[in-house]
Amino acid sequence: MTSATLAPEKLATPKTPKSLLGRKNAIVGIGWFILAILLKGRSTLPLNRSSLTSVQESLTNLSDAIDRNRNSNPFFLNVINKIRSSINAFVNLLQDAISQGSATRAVPQIGWLGVVAVIGLAVAVFASARAALLAVVGFVTLGLLGLWQESMDTLALTLAAVVLALLIGIPLGVLAGLYPRFEKLITPILDFAQVMPTFVYLTPVTLFFLIGPASATIVTLIYAIPPALRITTVAIRGVPWSTVEAAVSMGSTRWQALRKVQLPQAKRTIVVGINQTIMAALAMVTIAALIDAPGLGLVVVKALETLDVGRSFKAGLAIVIMAVVLDRSTTAAAERVQKDSMQQQTTAQKFGVASKWIGLLLTLVAIYISNIYLWASQFPGSGILGLKVASIADSSTGWIQLHLVNVTNGITDLFSYGLLNPIQSLLVNAPWYTTAAAIFVIGYLLKGFRLALIVVVCVATILISGLWSDSMVTLASTLVAALITVVLGIVVGTWVGRSLPVDRVLRPILDAGQVMPAFVYLVPFLGLFGATRFTAIMAAVVYASPAAIKLVADGVRGVPESITEAAISAGSNTWQLITKVQLPSARRAIALAINQGLIYVLAMVVVGGLVGAGGLGYLVVAGFSQENLKGKGLAAGVAIVMLGILIDRITQAIADRRDVHAKAVAT
Amino acid sequence: MTDQLETTISVKGLWKVYGPNPERIVGTEDALLSRADLREKTGCTVAVRDVSFDVSDGEVFVVMGLSGSGKSTLVRCMTRLVEPTAGQIKLEGEDILAANTQRLRELRRTRFSMVFQHFGLLPHRRVIDNVAYGLEINGMSKNDRYARAMEVISLVGLEGNEANYPSELSGGMQQRVGLGRALASNPDVMFFDEPFSALDPLIRRDMQQEVIRLHEEVNKTMVFITHDLAEALKLGDRIAIMRDGALVQVGTPEELVARPVDDYVANFVRDFPKSHILTLRWIAREPTSVDDLSGPILAPDMIVRDAARQVLEAGRPVRVMNGEQLLGVVTSDEILSVIAGGPDD
Amino acid sequence: MVRKGAKRTSLVLLIAAASLVLAACGGAKVSSTSSAAASSSTSTPACGTFNLAVNPWVGYEADAAVVAYVAQTKLGCNVVKKNLSEEISWQGFATGEVDAILENWGHADLTKKYITEQKVAQDAGPTGNQGIIGWYVDPWLAQKYPDILDYKNLNKYASMFKTSESGSKGAFLDGDPSYVTNDEAIIKNLGLNFKVVYTGSEAALITAFRNGETQKKPVIGYFYEPQWFLSEVPLKHVALPPYTPGCDADPKTVACDYPPYPLNKVVSTKFATSGSPAYNLVKNFNWTNDDQNEVAKYIAQDKMTDDQAAKKWVDANPDKVAAWLAG
Repeated sequence: MTSATLAPEKLATPKTPKSLLGRKNAIVGIGWFILAILLKGRSTLPLNRSSLTSVQESLTNLSDAIDRNRNSNPFFLNVINKIRSSINAFVNLLQDAISQGSATRAVPQIGWLGVVAVIGLAVAVFASARAALLAVVGFVTLGLLGLWQESMDTLALTLAAVVLALLIGIPLGVLAGLYPRFEKLITPILDFAQVMPTFVYLTPVTLFFLIGPASATIVTLIYAIPPALRITTVAIRGVPWSTVEAAVSMGSTRWQALRKVQLPQAKRTIVVGINQTIMAALAMVTIAALIDAPGLGLVVVKALETLDVGRSFKAGLAIVIMAVVLDRSTTAAAERVQKDSMQQQTTAQKFGVASKWIGLLLTLVAIYISNIYLWASQFPGSGILGLKVASIADSSTGWIQLHLVNVTNGITDLFSYGLLNPIQSLLVNAPWYTTAAAIFVIGYLLKGFRLALIVVVCVATILISGLWSDSMVTLASTLVAALITVVLGIVVGTWVGRSLPVDRVLRPILDAGQVMPAFVYLVPFLGLFGATRFTAIMAAVVYASPAAIKLVADGVRGVPESITEAAISAGSNTWQLITKVQLPSARRAIALAINQGLIYVLAMVVVGGLVGAGGLGYLVVAGFSQENLKGKGLAAGVAIVMLGILIDRITQAIADRRDVHAKAVAT
Repeated sequence: MTDQLETTISVKGLWKVYGPNPERIVGTEDALLSRADLREKTGCTVAVRDVSFDVSDGEVFVVMGLSGSGKSTLVRCMTRLVEPTAGQIKLEGEDILAANTQRLRELRRTRFSMVFQHFGLLPHRRVIDNVAYGLEINGMSKNDRYARAMEVISLVGLEGNEANYPSELSGGMQQRVGLGRALASNPDVMFFDEPFSALDPLIRRDMQQEVIRLHEEVNKTMVFITHDLAEALKLGDRIAIMRDGALVQVGTPEELVARPVDDYVANFVRDFPKSHILTLRWIAREPTSVDDLSGPILAPDMIVRDAARQVLEAGRPVRVMNGEQLLGVVTSDEILSVIAGGPDD
Repeated sequence: MVRKGAKRTSLVLLIAAASLVLAACGGAKVSSTSSAAASSSTSTPACGTFNLAVNPWVGYEADAAVVAYVAQTKLGCNVVKKNLSEEISWQGFATGEVDAILENWGHADLTKKYITEQKVAQDAGPTGNQGIIGWYVDPWLAQKYPDILDYKNLNKYASMFKTSESGSKGAFLDGDPSYVTNDEAIIKNLGLNFKVVYTGSEAALITAFRNGETQKKPVIGYFYEPQWFLSEVPLKHVALPPYTPGCDADPKTVACDYPPYPLNKVVSTKFATSGSPAYNLVKNFNWTNDDQNEVAKYIAQDKMTDDQAAKKWVDANPDKVAAWLAG
């Protein structure tokens, strides 16, 4: 659409200059600081570990009521139970096919040879030959690690969850893309689903859907639907309006425009959404193991009981391999979609059609053999590679612990005494009303009443949850972890963004950091940093910094060449180029990195609770395992979500503010 | 042009106001306020202000204005891609604004079509499928629509490219696809929304020639939006100058160049070589008693530039004759004052 | 040229396919290895499927390994092990997804809810194991400061236990979030200069004690036995004022040690009345802390699979197993 049609052209309405606003925020901050110190220890709303507020108790009673009515309530009998049995049937179907024997067969229908062949063929046909090679090598490695069946269980569960997530997420995402009002309606729900710690809804989900594949799938769905939905919405929105308008001007119905114009063009981005959905589903695999989801996650969780670093690393490595294979395959498929739909087929591609048929034939043969013969059904060997990997992981973590423990203890003390304790003491000991008022005023200054209203709702919910003091403990750790993440993100991100070789080396490590289940590195971290809040912070940094680094790197790389060229020709040295040109130009990406860094860190709060972070995370964990703390755990989960929404909206508002400022300067 | 029967499009009192409760503006005193004042007072912005004009059958009607003048909104109102706030639009007597969704869709599929500034081609479809899109959604069988699409493809000079994807074509070629797509349904009226402004100057000239040629071949009624005066003067049978949502002047190219209604229009046409537009009719003066009326005879429709050499070489006044009737005389003085862009007008 | 290349490639591929088929003919066929579970269940149809909850600690895993092994090999049951937290295991009685819990640590709240109120579960007798919960220190500490094993002397050493997490007081590590501890109240009521630090998981607690021992760092915290880690580092129990019945009745005033927990088994009412031989096995199952620690050691330190560990113990203790299977 041309600017002329959007007639109300935006005149630069006079805005308060940013510096002044920044000063106002700073004044609020200093005011809060002074009040916090003057009123130290008053109205801090502490709550004992074992004490419960009435709200927390009634949450427990609510879940008990559900428990009691399961077998009599018609909603349960007709809806929930139907959903459960159909999901179970679906997962069992997949498991029978590739991972588990059934009543009549000791082994799955398709053995390892067949699975490898199918994966290879599918990736070759829909993505690229290179990705197919990677997939085959990756899957064979899973077998060599001695984790074939566990991997297939994970694959079956992931596939089931991804299929369902796409069936639900894509249509809803299309709706949200077409109707902004619908998007507004579901955005808070999606935020909630993504930030709410899984631990919180593990118990309620098993309450509704019982123990078994259905619950595991649904837990995964809750986490995997939002990316599918959101990216589909973005995809539909991203279709050039000119093409939609042209189609409408020729008399297309809504449905025709959607089917013939919007969906085909959104296809590539939707495939990216599939990629993200798969990654989200895989990330849930270890958590779902806590409610008896079979597969690699269970190996990790069980290894944690005996602190078996080698075994959990081996299984974690298998998860990473599977993630890398699925990620590269779907990424290649997305590129393929793009290429295929906008270019004529070349002779080489036409030639490809012939080999596709041969590939299909070979695959069918492989499936047949793997169904009949034992050597092709069960992965041969006893996982020698796996034992090797495990013993290397064991000995190297042992070595590191032995030799680095003094250093790491020093680092722990430095951060704890120097940064974390002061911040935490300030936040925890400040009266709640001064902190709440400060956040409210900052929200108002940034974005007016709308943000202030969100602040009020979030703060009120935290207060009602009865967990103000614990929320401040968690907030302190979150801020420190986010600070480290952002510093790492900017330093390493700039490095990666400026150098392709560095990118090539670091990117797989970053991918692994994002996908490797935290449970795997908790034990070595505990050995290095002890059961402290800093261990939790380090775990969060490992999980969050890859995303921050990637965002900053992409931002730095995205700075137009014309700008860097101009700066170089003006005689900038490298440092000046980075600080005065590349980082400021990548401002938007850095703002996003800060925002995402915080959200990722918050996602690890519960894991932090397992290694000594205390605060909300510990309460969620305790609520998961103690009957009478159920309600408190739920309340803690809600408080985490509220913190997440607060942090997200405020950092976004700061980023927007910066943007407006930068634009005002630019024009 | 004046014959009521031949009028294809008739626009009367058309308004488009953006903002909260836009209807309340039209017909009140607020409507007389300037854009800035209105926004200050009501939060509304007027994109199209009380526009009325008629377009005759087979005419090329150009709407010209700077960006933000409302011309793109105007053309979208006429196809109801944007819903007008008030007014009337008739296509061959049918009230377009009264059409329900289904009727509107029918009109779009069969009666009018549009060519867009940014082409709006479907990147995932080959040229032939882009051209055939309108026929496809109207339910035409594959064979029929491909046959028709091939006709159109050759008409717009895209033969041999029918199996290409848009991204494989140059900008000019892409817009030929846009043209072909608009022509495929054989509409009565074609709307062009700055179709060539994204193209290089040389290609733009080719495409303008293409439109002129097509107009001669298929003789469609065309409404053409542009911000380029040269393009407007070259293509338009009549031109409407738009400013701040309102029509400032409607007239033939000569009328605009020779008699701009105000400084705004005058400013527009000032730098344009009048000798390329004006005909002898516009510069001929009443013969005086001292004039030698034995000079050569020229037709009144002759453009000044083309007549210059003959007039200058004649050495005496040239007579401008419409048949037997003497309209006036032209001498070197008149010619030179036009070419030199004299101090007058 | 291209066509010719294509033909050659397809020929190669076809040959590859054919040789694959031929090579396959030599191998053993799947059908020749029938499912062990399926075949044995036909011989003793009475048992059927036995859903056994496995709670997340190794001692329990040892119980489950042995019971499952015996049920499978001696009774022909189709044992389905479900890896679940305690809370969800109990929930499983109500939903019919769990037949038995083999090592229950008290859980008065769950007992009340599922046994007394909902009547979906019932007690199946003691396991023979004594659960001891209490305060522990690393052996090197007990050796160096023998009087530390009495709570009265703890304040003397409090400053030694200070960490970044405990402020000015000594750090007392509380671990597993799945158990309600009284430590905050005990510390307060005994006037001890310690602060409870929540490590958040058994793994964290074990790592802390392990590092304490190897690096000679003072660590004190909550622990329990039977636990496999005690065979790696034999932690020393710190004496609190002895437990007397009712001394822990009010969680606010509690100032005594934890009661000993006779660990018991819990089964679903449905399972108990089903007549399954597996129920008898569960009811009769009984062994000592040493027995459990031995199997737990096989699993945790010798890295045997559950079945390997169970087999080793069962083969060495035929009398005990025979007693479980009798009557």
